[in-house]
Amino acid sequence: MYKFLISSVLFATISLLPGQADARDDSLYQQLGGTAGIEQIVEDTLFNSIDDRRIRHHFTEVDMVRLHEKLSEQICELAGGPCVYTGDDMVKSHTGMGVTRADFNALVEAMQLAMDDNNVSVTAQNRLLALLAPMHHEIVGL
Amino acid sequence: MKKKMIQGLVLALAVSSSAMAAEGRLLATGGATSVEGSAGGGLVPWAVISGYTEDDEIGGTVAVTRAQVDDYRLDVTAASFSFRNRLEVSVASQILNLENLGTELRQQTFGLKYRVAGDLIYGDLPQISAGVQYKRNTRYDLPEAVGSQRDSDWDAYLAASRVWLAGPFNRTWLANVTVRATRANQFGLLGYGGDLNDSRELQVEAAAGMFLNRGLAVGLEYRQKPDNLGFAEEEDAMSAFVAWFPSKNVSLVGAYVDLGSIAGANNQTGYYLSLQASF
Repeated sequence: MYKFLISSVLFATISLLPGQADARDDSLYQQLGGTAGIEQIVEDTLFNSIDDRRIRHHFTEVDMVRLHEKLSEQICELAGGPCVYTGDDMVKSHTGMGVTRADFNALVEAMQLAMDDNNVSVTAQNRLLALLAPMHHEIVGL
Repeated sequence: MKKKMIQGLVLALAVSSSAMAAEGRLLATGGATSVEGSAGGGLVPWAVISGYTEDDEIGGTVAVTRAQVDDYRLDVTAASFSFRNRLEVSVASQILNLENLGTELRQQTFGLKYRVAGDLIYGDLPQISAGVQYKRNTRYDLPEAVGSQRDSDWDAYLAASRVWLAGPFNRTWLANVTVRATRANQFGLLGYGGDLNDSRELQVEAAAGMFLNRGLAVGLEYRQKPDNLGFAEEEDAMSAFVAWFPSKNVSLVGAYVDLGSIAGANNQTGYYLSLQASF
């Protein structure tokens, strides 16, 4: 009985680990157009951002090629794609930038426009934004 | 009246075309203008702060609203001022035309709403706001004749609003619950307190909506109301709405409203239209 309990708890724990117990759900990755689609969305997002007078100042001293690569990796991984994010954690990469709440929203809007331009469905847009929104407190006000 | 409305709209358009326009929040997060002037849906004040003010921004809204039901027509002119994503000050002027009696009721509402905690979209806590509405009848003969106890009063409310970016069906959903202490009769248009009851009661108001895309939402609202006057039963109000936000400068809400029985006239249903400009 005791052994059964332990193994049940172990099994339950393992099944709760993301992406371990069941096959990886890559439906969002597919809906975003795979790696190529995500890279295009990120590129458009970054162009929209540096076109936006509210937030362009955050990008003046940024290596845009590296940012594009890391952000694409991160979104690919979040969306269930076959990528591994190799960048810094969100707190480290945004400390000292002084990203305001309005700046964060402006970036969301830059990404929404990019997804519109790449014909990403409303539901896929919602899924991606819902994965990114929890990072708000790791990015804003640092 | 008409002149005031036009002045308000011209002012709003002039201000919104300047570089001062508040735009720090996402589309639709300021809600629409409710019949009492507070940001919300149509019938219910929500926890949202009007307009799109975030961080240090200031802004506001002006709105005109008409509700036409079987025997009555309500016209509302409202304006709000918002400071950061924190404080909202509002004013609304309501005229209820009693079409069968050839007369009208008038009410002014001054509102204050303060975001106490949380956020509509981000973080773990829903957006929670506390508000007060000071209301007064500027024509009191009819309310007094049907048993109203005073011609001005306060409502106080607590509201919680939350958005789920990818809720059921991977659509964006919004829910709001408001609890209001009030003794207003028919939103206050028939005075405050009555012969049956003269103390404030807690009333529950709620809204739920789903965004078809980020500029278009459909939803339902419900507002519980007191029943203080002996001369006629007062019933709760409901609406089914479509809200369209083509930009951060303008929004349009259309709804089907069921206001129940008003002053003895039963089944008052009809349409509701509200146009808002934000700056």
